[in-house]
Amino acid sequence: MGGFDFSNHTRNAALMASGMPAPKATSTGTTIVGCLFDGGVVIAADTRATSGSVVADKNCEKLHYISPHIWCAGAGTAADTEFTTAIISSNLELHALSTGRKPRVVTCMTMLKQHLFKYQGHIGAYLVVAGCDPTGSHLYTVHAHGSTDRLPYVTMGSGSLAAMSVFETQWKKGIDRDGAVKLCSDAILAGIFNDLGSGSNVDVCVITPEKATLMRNYLTPNVRAPKELKYKFEKGTTAVLQEKLISKDELRRYITVTEVDAEGETTLTTDVMQVDA
Amino acid sequence: MASSYLLPHAQHAPHAHPTASSQPRQHHWSPYTENGGVILGIAGKDYVIIAGDTRSSEGYNINTRTARKIFQLGSGIILGVVGMSADGEELARKVARKIDDYKRNHDKHITVSAAAVMLSRTLYQKRFFPYYCQPLLGGLDENGVGAIYTYDYVGSFEREQSRAFGSAAALITPFLDNQINLKNQFVPGSNGEEPRTPGDMPRDLVEKIVKDAFSSAVERQIEVGDGLQMVTVTRAPPRAEEEEATVEDDDEWTGSTISETLSPLKQD
Amino acid sequence: MNQHPHGWGRPRDDVYGAYDSSYLNSTQPVTHTQRPIVTGTSVLGVKFQDGVIIAADNIASYGSLARYDNVERLLQVGTHTVVGAGGDMSDMQYLHLLLDNLLIKEQYPADDHHLHAPQVHSYISRVLYQRRNKFDPLWNSILTAGADPNTSEPFLSYVDLRGTTFSAPALATGFGAHLAVPILRRHVPDEAAVKDLTREDAEKLVDECMKVLWYRDARSGVTYSWSVITKEGVETGSKKIENQSWKFAEMIKGYGAQNI
Repeated sequence: MGGFDFSNHTRNAALMASGMPAPKATSTGTTIVGCLFDGGVVIAADTRATSGSVVADKNCEKLHYISPHIWCAGAGTAADTEFTTAIISSNLELHALSTGRKPRVVTCMTMLKQHLFKYQGHIGAYLVVAGCDPTGSHLYTVHAHGSTDRLPYVTMGSGSLAAMSVFETQWKKGIDRDGAVKLCSDAILAGIFNDLGSGSNVDVCVITPEKATLMRNYLTPNVRAPKELKYKFEKGTTAVLQEKLISKDELRRYITVTEVDAEGETTLTTDVMQVDA
Repeated sequence: MASSYLLPHAQHAPHAHPTASSQPRQHHWSPYTENGGVILGIAGKDYVIIAGDTRSSEGYNINTRTARKIFQLGSGIILGVVGMSADGEELARKVARKIDDYKRNHDKHITVSAAAVMLSRTLYQKRFFPYYCQPLLGGLDENGVGAIYTYDYVGSFEREQSRAFGSAAALITPFLDNQINLKNQFVPGSNGEEPRTPGDMPRDLVEKIVKDAFSSAVERQIEVGDGLQMVTVTRAPPRAEEEEATVEDDDEWTGSTISETLSPLKQD
Repeated sequence: MNQHPHGWGRPRDDVYGAYDSSYLNSTQPVTHTQRPIVTGTSVLGVKFQDGVIIAADNIASYGSLARYDNVERLLQVGTHTVVGAGGDMSDMQYLHLLLDNLLIKEQYPADDHHLHAPQVHSYISRVLYQRRNKFDPLWNSILTAGADPNTSEPFLSYVDLRGTTFSAPALATGFGAHLAVPILRRHVPDEAAVKDLTREDAEKLVDECMKVLWYRDARSGVTYSWSVITKEGVETGSKKIENQSWKFAEMIKGYGAQNI
């Protein structure tokens, strides 16, 4: 049986009771959005991952692959969004294989909500599910507690209000592909510049019945300013306290040497690697 | 032996708070908030620089992109404050007032070292309801040498060469140790015999180090960004590009020139 | 002794029990800290080329109940200042009393001495900061808007229950800080952009923001008061949110697998 291992639970509870702080998970403070258009659906995300108020990753990927025509944008605990989308992607593939049909977005959404509901919100995954299937183009949000919603435009994460302000002022019925991409990227920009939990770049994924197009770093509005100085230390700045030379012949005692010939074919030398005593 | 004496206490422990549950529960309200940001002070041979970002935030919200954290207090003294901006600004107002009072009472400018002690007393007066901010005091001492005084929020202080306070202090401090104080570095060729000596850094080099410290902090601290405010005190006349600089020419002990520059930082 | 680094040197709570600090509380200090009861939501303010506009809706909520629907949350103070308040309505009304008294005390028409927005803002922020120091806060977030009668230089500042103050070309309190500020900042990112914003555009911008708040802030109302302050003085009015659209999800059925 799979599932989670709770064997450290009692120990950790005791440690926390004695004053040890709980470990901090990487979270995707995040702005994620989605928008339906005539003939498909767009999702977009920022690329900042945070651990408290420190930026853990300046260019992380929050758009997750589910199936060839279903993608998912994730906010919340980084690990939870990654593992949840991976496990549902895997199960959906098996489901598609056993039914002999293309996976449907509604199936993906239902599997996600049932999985998340089972864990009563302890899996901190907040998702925007989007895709095209034989029944059309679809867009859902799934909350960590298992509730879902189905709308023409959605936002999630700490920047969801900033992003929603863009949709509520700019969205129009019957929007086309380019309009949806512009709207979604503008919504992400609103999150990037107004919400401290969101930042760096804009990732966009456009899904149509034909194909899904991931536009990684579609916008890069936060390129680092060039540094004023070069930080190179002069040789000798660090004191040499001890010196030990290893000759090339001796080298074989410490590592495995692979000879590469001109054609690029490799031949592994048969030297047995030894650890220095 | 000790345990047999102490064990009865443990048995009483569950009843340690006989009144705790019968007390009415107070609605939770904190008089404190945290507005983020970082400040940095560096003292040179004949100048002192205090720099800070201009973002004011609360939670994940940006209050404004143009909040100044460094204040000119008069008598050639500058103060940087980071933490809760309401307390920081109150502290700056209070100390500026006291510096002005000093001038009127004694008909001379307060020295930085005296102002430093006065700031310490001001902080300790609120020992049991402290100002929630970390101050950096800067100015030129009696010999015209740059001085940075650093404080904790209840008034413990010392004079230092360089210091970073605020939400990116942990990011900037090791950079300062390395680039300003030249920690663990040796003169090349001396074979670890002669450590590199800090001090004597030209002002424009230090300004570049400050800019790099901030543009790097912005990359990794979400509460830092928007703009860089850099305030410098020198005895030199203002540079050509700084005609706006305040020259305190009525200074009797030093001709302090205070100049302030604002430059942009990333806004995400 | 507790050997854990986080509690080192202290008696272990699990062995000796928690430290009995009850004797310290035998005479408790006077505390007043209350909570907001009847509340108003956001206030918006935007500077434009020759003045500033401020707006607040007319709802006062009692928890999640929309208790009053004709509350005026904007107050004109003197000739060129308007103060808008969110948060507790009784605290707001007390502040209005203070401001009325202040205005009487500071009125010297013969001297050409008038209180303008910077002074009013300064006064309110001192009151709020002092009250937070007494652990008895006035539970409000306040915008002070005004224009200089000579230069028409716009003024806009924020202060809240802890005495935190700041200014920007566009500000909003409460929910507006999350929903309206991103819209406002797109049009007036900095002071330079203020010079290019006309009064008409500023009014349209505020209309748009109030509509978004009406859509998304559950404590907001459909009618709101607005004030425009220029060097000519204060102009005030009331508006109802027009051209609402609630049909954005007509083609959507249910929240999941439902199709009919």
